[in-house]
Amino acid sequence: MKSNPDFAFRRKAVEASENLETGGEAHESAPANGEPVVVNQVTEEAGPQSAVSDAAVPRRSVAWDFKARGEPFLWLFGGGLSLGILMIVGFLALILYHGVLTFYPVPIEKVVLRNGTVVAGALTRSETFKPSEEIIAALPEEIRGKIAEAGGVVRRSLYQIGNFDLYNEDFRWVSEYDVRETSTPPDLYWIERTEWGPFVGSIRLLDLGGKIVGGSAVDPAMLRKEHDAAARRRGRIREIERDEIARINQILEGDRLRLRKIELAQGKESAEYRRLQEEMKRRTEELESRHRELSKEAEGIRDLDARFTMTLADASGKEKVLKLSDVVRMYPANTLSPGEKLKIYFSRWWEFLTEEPREANTEGGVMPAIFGTFCMTILMALSVAPFGVMSALYLREYAKQGRMVSLVRICVNNLAGVPSIVYGVFGLGFFAYVLGGNIDRLFFPERLPSPTFGTGGLLWSSLTLALLTVPVVIVATEEALSAVPTSMREGSLACGASKWQTIKYIVLPRAMPGIMTGLILAMARGAGEVAPLMLVGVVKLAPELPIDAVFPYIHLERSFMHLGFQIFDVGFQSRNSEAAKPMVFVTTLLLIALVFAMNVTSIMIRNRLKRKFFTGHF
Amino acid sequence: MAQKTHTEHGTVYHVEPSPQGTLLSIEEFNLWYGPKQALFDVNMTVEKGLVTALIGPSGCGKSTLLRAVNRMNDLIDGLQTTGRIMLDGTDIYSPTVDVIALRKSMGMVFQKPNPFPMSIADNVVYPLRVDGIRDKRVLKEAVEEALKGAALWDEAKDRLKDNALGLSGGQQQRLCIARAIAAAPDVLLMDEPCSALDPVATAKIEDLIDELRGRYTIVIVTHNMQQAARVSDNTAFMYLGKLLEYGETSVIFTNPKGEKTMEYVTGRFG
Repeated sequence: MKSNPDFAFRRKAVEASENLETGGEAHESAPANGEPVVVNQVTEEAGPQSAVSDAAVPRRSVAWDFKARGEPFLWLFGGGLSLGILMIVGFLALILYHGVLTFYPVPIEKVVLRNGTVVAGALTRSETFKPSEEIIAALPEEIRGKIAEAGGVVRRSLYQIGNFDLYNEDFRWVSEYDVRETSTPPDLYWIERTEWGPFVGSIRLLDLGGKIVGGSAVDPAMLRKEHDAAARRRGRIREIERDEIARINQILEGDRLRLRKIELAQGKESAEYRRLQEEMKRRTEELESRHRELSKEAEGIRDLDARFTMTLADASGKEKVLKLSDVVRMYPANTLSPGEKLKIYFSRWWEFLTEEPREANTEGGVMPAIFGTFCMTILMALSVAPFGVMSALYLREYAKQGRMVSLVRICVNNLAGVPSIVYGVFGLGFFAYVLGGNIDRLFFPERLPSPTFGTGGLLWSSLTLALLTVPVVIVATEEALSAVPTSMREGSLACGASKWQTIKYIVLPRAMPGIMTGLILAMARGAGEVAPLMLVGVVKLAPELPIDAVFPYIHLERSFMHLGFQIFDVGFQSRNSEAAKPMVFVTTLLLIALVFAMNVTSIMIRNRLKRKFFTGHF
Repeated sequence: MAQKTHTEHGTVYHVEPSPQGTLLSIEEFNLWYGPKQALFDVNMTVEKGLVTALIGPSGCGKSTLLRAVNRMNDLIDGLQTTGRIMLDGTDIYSPTVDVIALRKSMGMVFQKPNPFPMSIADNVVYPLRVDGIRDKRVLKEAVEEALKGAALWDEAKDRLKDNALGLSGGQQQRLCIARAIAAAPDVLLMDEPCSALDPVATAKIEDLIDELRGRYTIVIVTHNMQQAARVSDNTAFMYLGKLLEYGETSVIFTNPKGEKTMEYVTGRFG
């Protein structure tokens, strides 16, 4: 045994107790592994005979050893960490499960109830419940018996029946005992429409500009061809109205504003005003004739389009006529092959990511929200980075360290604890009303009283969130700067570099990984904040994207859409919470994926920088 | 050569003068770190083209004095000085002096090698770059000259673009020396340059100092007396912030004139 005093002590304890037991000479019989527990047991088992040696050998309980070795703390810390990880993984798994499965096409069931009503819809979910006394009393004998057998518990299923325009509801609960028979007829179509939500039913006939095709003669390939043509017509109408006519309106509006600007500056009687007025009158006439042309073209297409319709029948036979161009997607839900289902699945994802929303954000895509979130986060990162890094540089490198600087540092740290909605109020009050109001009065007086910058928009939202996240960047940057060793700074100064040159060439590059960590944290925090945005520029539905092809290309005064706000709006403020639920999950999944992608990119950039500078930490 | 020994204000002088003249003249120099005085009335000259060693026990102020020459002490809060250090007729502590320009005319090598996290070539030309020299040809020539001067050219010429942190300790210190001489400074200040190196690297650096003698004026702080004896022409012995003896190295180590010097040199303390 080594000369470790602890072991020697224990060995002596063993020997002492053994001496008492055997009464003989102590021999070198220290337990081979020196296990403290064993020693203690031996000591304890020695019992009353060891009373003498007890005085010489102070007892140590098993519990003390256990705690001293730290086992309970190992389990505690490890357990805490595991619990945290489990919760995160569980949460992500839940989002992934619901989000990934949402778009997969489900079969449509046709349920005939006991009272003869026919319900057709997609099964959304089912649950068990205990019907109340009155309901059970109203049921016939055999069913009451079956319910009683099952312990009063009944199963019911929720079907998405669509056809809101016919039924005034799109979901319906069907209790198990009410069902007479269920089937999955092959001719039931699931039809996604531009308004009123989905339609569940079969095709009775097609009217293709006068040519009638009966329901049974409908061939899927032909249907698809006609639908594609109708979709193209719809697209062309939209292009005419959204792009071309809108552009004409934009030019007219621009002219009007210029005129008004001159009027404000020089008055209605000035020569400039009258000249401009003449010029504009000419242009207005040109544009208005073009406007009439385009409108006529749109009218023509619309008229043609109206002649291509489908007559659909729902499960109970009620008819509905639908224009082919009003159909976004349709498929016979019960006769799809797995390959076709996957195609629909991916096309729905594609629509989600690239299209605009419809039906009060419960259908369609979230592309404007993705775009808005992305723009705002980039703009926020661009504002917070220089601002935060420069402040930290000043605090750490230039300011004389004393009470004043400590006070400033405390204030900056406390900024991080301010509730985010307070930032929203500040953003609205100061940025939008004060700064924006003044900018409007100075640069855009012709648009008043309609505010340009004097209300929420992309710029103010980004600045507000930059303010929210600046403490994170300042703290991380300060830490990174103080981690640069003094020897390196001294080396640079001894070479004749000025303080600024030392910072620029030596300190900042070396601190860059740490600064990037701060930026990553700031971006992740900012991309997810919703509360302040609600006050400073995010809207439920934005008419245009903040970046488009019109000069000055980036429109900082426009309102925009945001994924976080989208989740809130869809989840809590939509007419139909059941229909909205899947959208909430998918949008959440998308937001998490977006933040994750941004973080991964930043981490990759940071790792590149780390490798360049061999730093051991950060 | 018999030196003119004289004593002034408690310091014994027997300096070997340089044929090139005196470069620095430290006159009545006192220095305080806040309330604590670190240097007491130091008077000495640094001879041009010669190697001057500063020796003494720990805490005697030799590093402080060295750093006072290129005003690196200015980085410390609460610094106060009285007295003058004359360089080319100007007091470097006068308020009108541009400290950065001063430091450009001096090179400093520290105890622990501190190469920058850049390539070897970038490290060497750093003093030139901060001076505004961007001409690639000039920089390339400077790299070669400095590395040859620091006896690192053969080992480094194939990996000028590699990160300097990949060099060994001795090589890094030689790189720092190359960096210090890249801008052709007047004075080379070395603060215990070999204390973090192994004997082989130390020998290489001492050889280097020998080669640099004549072209550069070198002031080296060392706690290794054998090194001071091997390498320097004049040695200054400091004790508790005072300069006790300053003179020709061979005399200091064989026949020191001061009592404390004798005790230190023979190893009775320190």
